[in-house]
Amino acid sequence: MAVVFQKTKGLTDKETHYCPGCTHGIIHRLVAEVLEELDVLGETIGVAPVGCSVLAYDYFNCDMHEASHGRAPAVATGIKRVLPDKVVFSYQGDGDLASIGTAEIVHVAHRGEKITTIFVNNAIYGMTGGQMAPTTLIGQRATTAPLGRTVEHSGMPLRVSEMLATIDGAAFVERVSVDTPANIRKAKKAIKEAFQCQIDRKGFSIVEVLSTCPTNWGMTPIDSIKWLQDNLIPYYPLGNLRRPEGVK
Amino acid sequence: MLNEKIICAGFGGQGVMLMGQLISYAGMLEGKEVSWLPSYGPEMRGGTANCSVMVSGKPIGSPVITDDATTAIIMNLPSLDKFEVDIATGGNIIINSSLIERKTKRDDLKAYYVPANEIAVELGNAKVANMIMLGAYLELTKVVSVDSVMTALKKIFGESKAHLMKINEDALARGAKAVKA
Amino acid sequence: MAKVLMKGNEAIGAAAIKAGCKYFFGYPITPQNELPEYMSREMPKVGGVFLQAESEVAAINMVYGASGAGARVMTSSSSPGIALKQEGITYIAGAELPCVIVNIVRGGPGLGGIQPAQSDYNQVTRGGGNGDYKLLVYAPANLQEMVDLMQEAFDAADFYRNPVMMVGDGMIGQMMEPIEFKDSVSRFELPEKDWATTGTKGQRKPNIINSLALDPAELEKHNIKLQKKYDAMKANEVRYETYNMENAEVVIVAYGTTSRIVRNAINDLKEQNINVGLIRPITLWPFPEKAFDEVPAACKSLLSVEMSMGQMVDDIKIASNGRWPVSFYGRAGGMIPTPEAVMEKVKELIGGAK
Repeated sequence: MAVVFQKTKGLTDKETHYCPGCTHGIIHRLVAEVLEELDVLGETIGVAPVGCSVLAYDYFNCDMHEASHGRAPAVATGIKRVLPDKVVFSYQGDGDLASIGTAEIVHVAHRGEKITTIFVNNAIYGMTGGQMAPTTLIGQRATTAPLGRTVEHSGMPLRVSEMLATIDGAAFVERVSVDTPANIRKAKKAIKEAFQCQIDRKGFSIVEVLSTCPTNWGMTPIDSIKWLQDNLIPYYPLGNLRRPEGVK
Repeated sequence: MLNEKIICAGFGGQGVMLMGQLISYAGMLEGKEVSWLPSYGPEMRGGTANCSVMVSGKPIGSPVITDDATTAIIMNLPSLDKFEVDIATGGNIIINSSLIERKTKRDDLKAYYVPANEIAVELGNAKVANMIMLGAYLELTKVVSVDSVMTALKKIFGESKAHLMKINEDALARGAKAVKA
Repeated sequence: MAKVLMKGNEAIGAAAIKAGCKYFFGYPITPQNELPEYMSREMPKVGGVFLQAESEVAAINMVYGASGAGARVMTSSSSPGIALKQEGITYIAGAELPCVIVNIVRGGPGLGGIQPAQSDYNQVTRGGGNGDYKLLVYAPANLQEMVDLMQEAFDAADFYRNPVMMVGDGMIGQMMEPIEFKDSVSRFELPEKDWATTGTKGQRKPNIINSLALDPAELEKHNIKLQKKYDAMKANEVRYETYNMENAEVVIVAYGTTSRIVRNAINDLKEQNINVGLIRPITLWPFPEKAFDEVPAACKSLLSVEMSMGQMVDDIKIASNGRWPVSFYGRAGGMIPTPEAVMEKVKELIGGAK
């Protein structure tokens, strides 16, 4: 019988702990498939964050290093400087990357560190139970913004990709979403381009993936996809913000 | 037993640190116990520079000189104001009289006044004023020999500054002459 | 090899490179700046990497990554910077990775000052970060000893898979002293780093560097394993020196540069027929408890002399276990004890001059 579908070798057989409807699983798979397709799985070291994807080291079928909260880009820097010919990526959420780890992500871009970051933005702290993140939208409720985020109290949500795209060392910056099959395909293409950018030593590459958190948003998986489309995408527009010159 | 504690002080660019390092280096070459400790931090950004040097017959405890210097080599007025109180009774103070008009206020020290900048200009290089002061110090105390200092200088200068050895040697000699009785 | 005259911070760098250190991640802070500056000049010459991080926090996390990738790696800082590094240090200890951390101590608390101090004793011996972990802590008294211990520090870090801290103070960092770089043979048999994250090449299961264990039973097991390691360090890595202990009326405990000042005081007191001993811990952790067995029973008092406000007194009390009274003399904030003041304190303890 012809094999029409196989699970990527880039993931282990371990069952993930992610909530029903959470898009981490899709994003894991996209990263894993890209690593397999680029044939670099045996040459890759991944850095897991603190947040919902803290256990990512159990899921990716490559060498993994668990970092402290926000420091994954610094840990990845240490690894890459020792092993410049290997592929190194960090996988981080928005609390990890856009809050406690802003210094590390800015400077990994500033140095043009040849690593790839997968930035999963679901506009909330998932693992700790739905607290407000710098990416939480105005009016969006969180356990530390029970009446909804206000501009007066917490400012406007942070657009990290736009900020990073101003830094010369950031060779590839793109925001994608995994809300539809078409967008999932685009997301995979961006992730592949980001890793290729690293392999070609062009500089730092990052893909921001808009993601859902049905549990902490208090919605069904279907409603949360709709909420992402109606609210997140308008504020965090999809598209490429930066790519190496000469690349279409 | 030999237990020399020297303060070298002036402003940045006068070669104060080098002067101290040469004494330490020469002491090391002669098998003596030595240490060199610079002042550091924001005060260095203000343009003053000083270092503490020990040359001893026994292992050196603290490399810090508090108020018991045996000699102070003073290259400018702020350094005289700051350090003349830190010299032990009977100690030496060697003052660069080219830049410092006043005499020491201490009457329990052996004071020497050397017009180091003027002599340096006479020699054709204003930068060797530090070596003139050092020459005076070596002549007065004989803590280390001129030969050892020249060996040390050769190591520190290396090939690129080999052509400066002669004028530095002359400067040491002129400094010595300035304090000879 | 002939002696060279070198500044402490640079000598540390030279000794580290000689010990096989190939990676250095740091951040500027006085009084240790000459060390990263030296590394930035010298590392490229040996095919190594120097990188100035955006913060001490980032620097130690770069060390965490580099060590996980199997490298011999070092960072350095001074007291407030070490406080910032504590997060990374506890992760490195938890994940059981080797590295060497140099701490050129300055006065605190807070921003404190930049002059020599020993007020990081608790910070370096009590873990510093969260959780039950220990660092192997060396506190050399002069540049020669600092240089001699560097190979040992890297080897011990690799052998125990544990961070090692080298503690100096502003004096050690800034001063120049004659140094001889000797060739030494490692006393450790160091295994291959088969745990390092270097890529599976499709030939082995993935390696995972991690300090997270959500299952309490598993985490307890890990803690017990760590404690066994610390017990082995206590059994095998204690280093100290004693001096003039026979018939000592007072025994002074002092480490690092302070011990040099104390030694001069002891020699001067000897000339006045006052016999004072010295216990000099070379490892601050593990603390040399055994050394106290050499204290004469008739000793009137132990005396801790520190450039801090008595942080070592607790360890002396634990080690001496009530056998002698424990007194303290210290200076703080960058002030340096003088031999005269130490002598005066000793005379006070024995009831005046003879």
